[in-house]
Amino acid sequence: MDHKDYSILIVDDEPIVRDSLGKWFSEEGYLVETACDGGAALDRLAQRNYDLIFLDIKMPGMSGLELQRKIRTINTDATVVIITAFASVDTAVEALKDGAHDYITKPIDPDYLSHLVEKLVRQRALVAENVELKERLVGMTGRGSILGESPAIQKLRDMIATVAPNDTTVMIRGESGTGKELIARAIHAGSPRRYRPIVPINCGGLSETLLESELFGHERGAFTGAQFRRKGHLEMADGGTVFFDEIGNVSAKIQMDLLRVIESREFFRVGGNTPVKSDFRIISATNRDLEAAVASGSFREDLYYRLNVFSISVPPLRERDEDVVLLAQHFLSKYAASMNREFTGFAPEALEALRQHRWPGNVRELENAIERAVVVGTPPTVSAANLPISAPREEGPVDNMSLESVEVAHIRRVLEKCEGNVMRAARTLGIDRVTLYNKIKKFNLPR
Amino acid sequence: MADGDRANGGDILVVPVDCANLALLQRLTTDLHATLARTATVASWELSPQFAREAARGQYNSSMILAELFKRRTNPPMRILGVTDVDLFAPVLTYVFGEAQMHGPAAVVSTFRLRPELYGLDPDPEILSRRLLVESVHELGHTAGLTHCHTPGCAMIGSTYAEEIDLKGPRLCERCGEVFGAIWFEQRRDHP
Ligand SMILES: [Zn+2]
Ligand SMILES: [Zn+2]
Repeated sequence: MDHKDYSILIVDDEPIVRDSLGKWFSEEGYLVETACDGGAALDRLAQRNYDLIFLDIKMPGMSGLELQRKIRTINTDATVVIITAFASVDTAVEALKDGAHDYITKPIDPDYLSHLVEKLVRQRALVAENVELKERLVGMTGRGSILGESPAIQKLRDMIATVAPNDTTVMIRGESGTGKELIARAIHAGSPRRYRPIVPINCGGLSETLLESELFGHERGAFTGAQFRRKGHLEMADGGTVFFDEIGNVSAKIQMDLLRVIESREFFRVGGNTPVKSDFRIISATNRDLEAAVASGSFREDLYYRLNVFSISVPPLRERDEDVVLLAQHFLSKYAASMNREFTGFAPEALEALRQHRWPGNVRELENAIERAVVVGTPPTVSAANLPISAPREEGPVDNMSLESVEVAHIRRVLEKCEGNVMRAARTLGIDRVTLYNKIKKFNLPR
Repeated sequence: MADGDRANGGDILVVPVDCANLALLQRLTTDLHATLARTATVASWELSPQFAREAARGQYNSSMILAELFKRRTNPPMRILGVTDVDLFAPVLTYVFGEAQMHGPAAVVSTFRLRPELYGLDPDPEILSRRLLVESVHELGHTAGLTHCHTPGCAMIGSTYAEEIDLKGPRLCERCGEVFGAIWFEQRRDHP
């Protein structure tokens, strides 16, 4: 697929947007033309069709929405993307209902833009080949978005949208693998600090001395091996956000240091005596029960209140039934594309296995499972055998199952696998047919 | 100022645009020579990027820096490449690693987002130096009119985050290298 085969029309009244965006697409190798208003755009469309049309929603004269409706009657199969300022996202949503494919807000994240365009181009290629498009995932594009349609995840998205623009300190609670860092990044990305870095610090993985030097930096000669002065993470986050992951694991000394920094926004590099000022927002995360840690005295109460200003709980995947298949489909598209393996979907029994599994490792476990399936499976469908999961959910955790229920579950599985063929099932189970018939009757099993 | 640079007549003039690490620039000139077989020298003058600063974003407008570099160019050298430590943006985009004039003599690259420490990792001069070389070759490629390439390893592959740069090399693939060489030759003939 060559980019030169794709044509893009940019319609925007601001010359700077046309130039900047136009140049970016030309560098990508697309054929680019621009128009300064609705009239000029219609003139261009009278000459030729375009693959992608980027449309500013707010223009003097004919509005973007009006133009979009006209385009739909002229260049019917064009993929339309709405360009909007943050303030008019509502109008963009209206445009989406009207058939636009997506919208982007100014200023545009180049990484997001390149993934969006790649996706749109790929979709067009698929349509052209008349391949069924399974990947019409509503309201989710680009990397780093928080996927899911369950009420729990919608509520989470609302909370992020509420808290992001304010400079509030946020505490993210949730089991490991639920994507707490992703949420921290989403909050940062939605804040006025988004042009400055977000600096993640894993407080769990480092020794006290190492963490201290990571956080505050050090002067030259502060300790053996400190050959150069080095900025700490808190200093690098100036103007941006610090993300403390596994905050529940820091030592008493670091807790005290952090409390001081939070109160004064000032600290010393290790081995230094000039105070360093840094302006950062704090987002922290933990999978521990901090309240219990406070009660037992292993976590400072004053620090707890400083960090826990706005609390966000991330639901475990097992409480988001509706999202499992959606996420699985998303990861499948992602890994299939990146590994160039032509997977299109899941076999029915694989879908069932996904729904039944309890996902103790949450979204991360699901993602790993799908990645592995893409490697080991045979396209175009992922089968249950390709998924590294077992123990259906209704049986509950294995450690509180009775011997009898394990037996029932096992027989049920073997029967299913043998498609009800009792002879084959008996052979697999290592018992004779009569015994198996008796067990089927006793446990009232289907076959 | 520019006369001195004209006299020593390299192919590429590397201009510090608020760039503290001169050793990094010296290293870049050596690496560019090894990679593109064009001589490169560090300019005897600097360009302050303050005029291009946008206070609300705390970033610098790369297109404005590019225009200023273009104004100050001489011929020779064939290309003028600004290197800066400040964070660049192009209007409408939240950030850029660099920008170049398509088919023009000027390009600019920023080290800001190439530093591992921005992503919470240890500073690594080797990684920084390599990323700077790759992005410099990439932007110089645009000045020769090259668009983004899809050949694995080619410096003209588009990248929007730092780790992507590490996946490609500083060299141009065969096709891009051919275009680059041909265009360079043509321009030299037109402007002896
Ligand atoms: Zn480029
Ligand atoms: Zn190439």
